[in-house]
Amino acid sequence: MSEKNKASRVGGWLLLLVVMVMTIGVVGTGTARAEYADVVINNYSDEQGMRPVVFPHWFHRLRFRCKVCHADLGFKFQAGGNKIKMSNIIEGEFCGACHNGEVAWSAENCDMCHSGKEGTKTMVHGSTVQGLVSPVGIQKFTKDEKSQYEK
Amino acid sequence: MNTKWSKAPFAVLIMLSFVITFATANEGLAQQGDKAAPAAAVAKPKQATKGVMFNRLMKRTKSNLPPDQDGIHDPENEGTYMLQPPKEAFQGMPRAITGNRVDWVKMMTDGLISPRADRLDPNAEQEIFEFDVIREVRGSMPDVMFPHDKHTAWLACENCHDDIFIPQVGANQLSMALILTGQKCGVCHGKVAFPVTECRKCHSVKKDTMTKKGAVNK
Repeated sequence: MSEKNKASRVGGWLLLLVVMVMTIGVVGTGTARAEYADVVINNYSDEQGMRPVVFPHWFHRLRFRCKVCHADLGFKFQAGGNKIKMSNIIEGEFCGACHNGEVAWSAENCDMCHSGKEGTKTMVHGSTVQGLVSPVGIQKFTKDEKSQYEK
Repeated sequence: MNTKWSKAPFAVLIMLSFVITFATANEGLAQQGDKAAPAAAVAKPKQATKGVMFNRLMKRTKSNLPPDQDGIHDPENEGTYMLQPPKEAFQGMPRAITGNRVDWVKMMTDGLISPRADRLDPNAEQEIFEFDVIREVRGSMPDVMFPHDKHTAWLACENCHDDIFIPQVGANQLSMALILTGQKCGVCHGKVAFPVTECRKCHSVKKDTMTKKGAVNK
């Protein structure tokens, strides 16, 4: 066997190994059944020994229009893109504009925001991109559930 | 012989893609693996593409689960149980088949919810801008109607202009590929607003086939 062939064979197996590792990584990320648009923010939480933050979009959307946070308070349309620290919140920025004990409960209730599973990545859950790239852990509807939603 | 075996890793790779794609589609892993093996040995690219299975039908997932069962909240955290389960809040709301499984626009137009337009003032009025933009699309799908009023009911102008969209008809290049990967309309649609699987919500204007060159439908 020539050197060139040997090299390409080694390269091929290496590529296979990389793909396998990546696949295991994707499949191993667990089941995707979070509420649509729930945002997990884990910029600093894990390294600080706190649970990551889960932001329920739906809960806030029932009470406020998008523009209140995304225009007036300056939240970017990007999961983890605001680089929020507790110091910001205590100073009344970002979440702290409402979570100050006046509009909503204050930041002392640590575990109501920091409620995510350790190691959960920063991302928007239930997004189309997530569904296309890693369609894992899909749970099919049972007949009962299906009829309930289609009423 | 040598050249044949130097392709072995790629053959295995193709076989692996078969196995993975079928397994993720809730098929039997072992069974599909057996079936894929002979195809991989021949390694015809035509057969390999057959195995590529995106979740293009976007199979529905279980939804509106309480926080402790949703897979991202920690069930061992006390605060998790203080959070409202979505189902409780969505009781009696108009249903949808995607997203949060509720029709957000209908909820507001029907007066079932009245989210604040200001952080502090519950009586602040939202500025609504009424201007429909019709986008002619190249394919056979109906044209797109973009209703400003439905969007400004939630958002402010500066949310989209000028960062995401240039405020000029025809100035923005759009494609479904961009949207699917989270750009342009995809900044919200597919993440928080209804996803692109609801094609006809946007592609809602029947093409004028008499005047439009290249239109496909009769």
